[in-house]
Amino acid sequence: MNAAGILQIVVYFAVLTAGAIPLGAYMARVYSGERTWLDPVLGPIERVIYKVCFVKQDQEQHWTVYAFSALMFSVVGLLVMYAIMRLQALTPVQFNPAGQAAVAPDLAFNTAVSFTTNTNWQNYGGESTMAYLTQMLGMTVKNFTSAATGMAILVALVRGFARRQSKTVGNFYVDAVRSILYILLPLAVVVTLALVWQGMPQSFDAYTEATTLEGAKQVIAQGPVASQVAIKHLGTNGGGFFNANSAHPFENPTALSNLIEMAGELLISAGLVFAFARMIGDKRQGRALYVAMSVMLVIGIGVCYWAEAAGNPLVQAMGVDVASSDLAPGGNMEGKEVRFGIANSAIFAAATTGTSTGAVNAMHDSFTPIGGMVPMVNIMLGEVIFGGVGCGLHGMIVFVIVTVFIAGLMVGRTPEYLGKKMESREVKLAVLCILIFPLSILGFGAVAMVLPAGLAGMSAAGPHGLSEVLYAYTSATGNNGSAFGGLSGNTLFYNTTLAAAMLIGRFLIIVPTLAIAGSLAAKKIVPPSAGTFPTHGSLFIGLLIAVIVVIGGLTFFPVLALGPIVEHFALAAGTLF
Amino acid sequence: MIKQLLPATLLTLLLTVLLGLAYPLAMTGAAGALFPHQAHGSLIEKDGKVVGSTLIAQGFAKPEYFHPRPSATTDTDPADPTKTVPAPYNAANSGASNAAPTSKSYIEGTQALIEQVKAENPDARVALPIDLVTASASGLDPHISPQAAEYQLPRVAKARAIPEADLRAVVARLTEGRSFGILGEASVNVLKLNLALDGQWPQAK
Repeated sequence: MNAAGILQIVVYFAVLTAGAIPLGAYMARVYSGERTWLDPVLGPIERVIYKVCFVKQDQEQHWTVYAFSALMFSVVGLLVMYAIMRLQALTPVQFNPAGQAAVAPDLAFNTAVSFTTNTNWQNYGGESTMAYLTQMLGMTVKNFTSAATGMAILVALVRGFARRQSKTVGNFYVDAVRSILYILLPLAVVVTLALVWQGMPQSFDAYTEATTLEGAKQVIAQGPVASQVAIKHLGTNGGGFFNANSAHPFENPTALSNLIEMAGELLISAGLVFAFARMIGDKRQGRALYVAMSVMLVIGIGVCYWAEAAGNPLVQAMGVDVASSDLAPGGNMEGKEVRFGIANSAIFAAATTGTSTGAVNAMHDSFTPIGGMVPMVNIMLGEVIFGGVGCGLHGMIVFVIVTVFIAGLMVGRTPEYLGKKMESREVKLAVLCILIFPLSILGFGAVAMVLPAGLAGMSAAGPHGLSEVLYAYTSATGNNGSAFGGLSGNTLFYNTTLAAAMLIGRFLIIVPTLAIAGSLAAKKIVPPSAGTFPTHGSLFIGLLIAVIVVIGGLTFFPVLALGPIVEHFALAAGTLF
Repeated sequence: MIKQLLPATLLTLLLTVLLGLAYPLAMTGAAGALFPHQAHGSLIEKDGKVVGSTLIAQGFAKPEYFHPRPSATTDTDPADPTKTVPAPYNAANSGASNAAPTSKSYIEGTQALIEQVKAENPDARVALPIDLVTASASGLDPHISPQAAEYQLPRVAKARAIPEADLRAVVARLTEGRSFGILGEASVNVLKLNLALDGQWPQAK
């Protein structure tokens, strides 16, 4: 660790916060249906979309209808994407210069589920499997729509708090369309051009055949990369255009493009915290959640940076220089890129897993045991360290409900949050959201550990093999998408079980969350009294973090002890597998 | 059911056209007009032929060239399409080793690699930096650290029979610092450096 690295972490937070605050104010206007400066351009397009699609703009929905609309929109999208991949061989050659064939049924199913649930787990290499047209019509479109779905769910929940005695929580289609048109698309246009400027390809050229200086042939894959990568980060999707994801020099050419991608993947999630505060009319509440999320993110970055900068002690013992300086990145450089070095690989790893992005600019599988445990733990804590766009904040609010419940138990009063009484129904639904997570991760993980088809996927022996499998189901359930890439996931077993974990992690959480929204919207707002536990001070922030860490810790510590923790001690003792 | 299915279907189709065709095509047009070099892959031509991309590492094994970082990319086994074979610097299938830090084969392989690199550079004047003996994340990392360039410099100077000081000046000129002095790490682009060497000290073919 050095000063230059720490300075980059500070710069990252400064850029992020400076962008998130104004964006939050803007998003609050978008979701409240107020006029924005983009209205003259986008307003007519928006109205045409509603007209063509039979969406009644002013008709609000009960939470059950809202949930059903979200499910329908996801199911139709999933089927369309599956069809696109299965019919890939019919793609015109201009949009498929590499001649990619149809995608196998189990892989196409896994991929369609993966992109619909905002997971973007990839059991394929983009440049060796997908046609340009598939990447556009399938991946790029889903990057927008799955993000917009998450944002809509959050907005419904926020309305639950903001409204009193209301039967409805908004209109799903309107929330989704406004998320895309007013927030995601304009940001994506700007980020696309910035990334091309930094060196990212955006063309339909066929793969270029070069003759290297030493006379060898090199086929260089490219394509319409930037338009997909921009929304891949803004929408916390994370599915790479190329197999190496954001480590590929075409998918992340420079240190500046890296900053844009890292800031992009937190920008909307962080902005939504401020938008939430504006919509409920209490900025202090947003600040408290922002601080809680930032504290957890900084701890993750710090631990990961420390572990990776220390490097692999066994390699160091072979007489290699692992010191970091202005002339060399040092540390553990296996699976990392020189232009990013250690600090930016650690920030990226923590940011991509704190949010549900799952893009990588360094290979988590080759991190040191503790360095690789950080991204895994970030997902296990529930994807609430900013989290996916929308999903992160609604996941965090679920933890807030449990926190005020526990605080209420301590003082013997009915808990309340933002003037809404948290009663038996809300607390039960919140606990349901929390329990689905370990059930899926540990359940599927245990099954994979006893079935030959599960064990066959591991590339590493010893505790690291367990880490690979554990990471896969954690990532799938958390709708993250990053991986310990050594796992051979493109098998019938992993394609189907990971797809199941992704569906569980998405929809079994969306439905109870919307149920909470509906239940809250129907309640009165009670004015705060002397007995109200304030939810904007440092006491609350500390309690919230403690609840998240204790729940995550109690659930996952045993399995972490068998995986990364025992591997850490094995590495220190020089034990190899 | 139908009441919900209709808007869901129509909206999906409409958005597929808007976001899957109109948006990427418009971006391709704008990118090609504003940044044509980058949009087409930052390719370099020499004597009218494409010799590579400045952003993509290519294999260099001859002593008179600076060598890039190791690459763990693979390709489909021509004998058995279900298997892969090592194919370093395969720019049509990026990827990493994904080796575990406690893997026996990884530690043994790294040991062998270190010995090989040390044998190739007997006159090195600085310690062997870690980036030169670890596979990059993409397998296509176009950069090495300045220390990795300095480590190889005596070998390249000897192979080209040129003074080390002259070569060091070229390396220094092509060393890129951190962006704005803050972001990322200092690096040397291997392909640009080797092209500069060939330009300044042409090799007999």
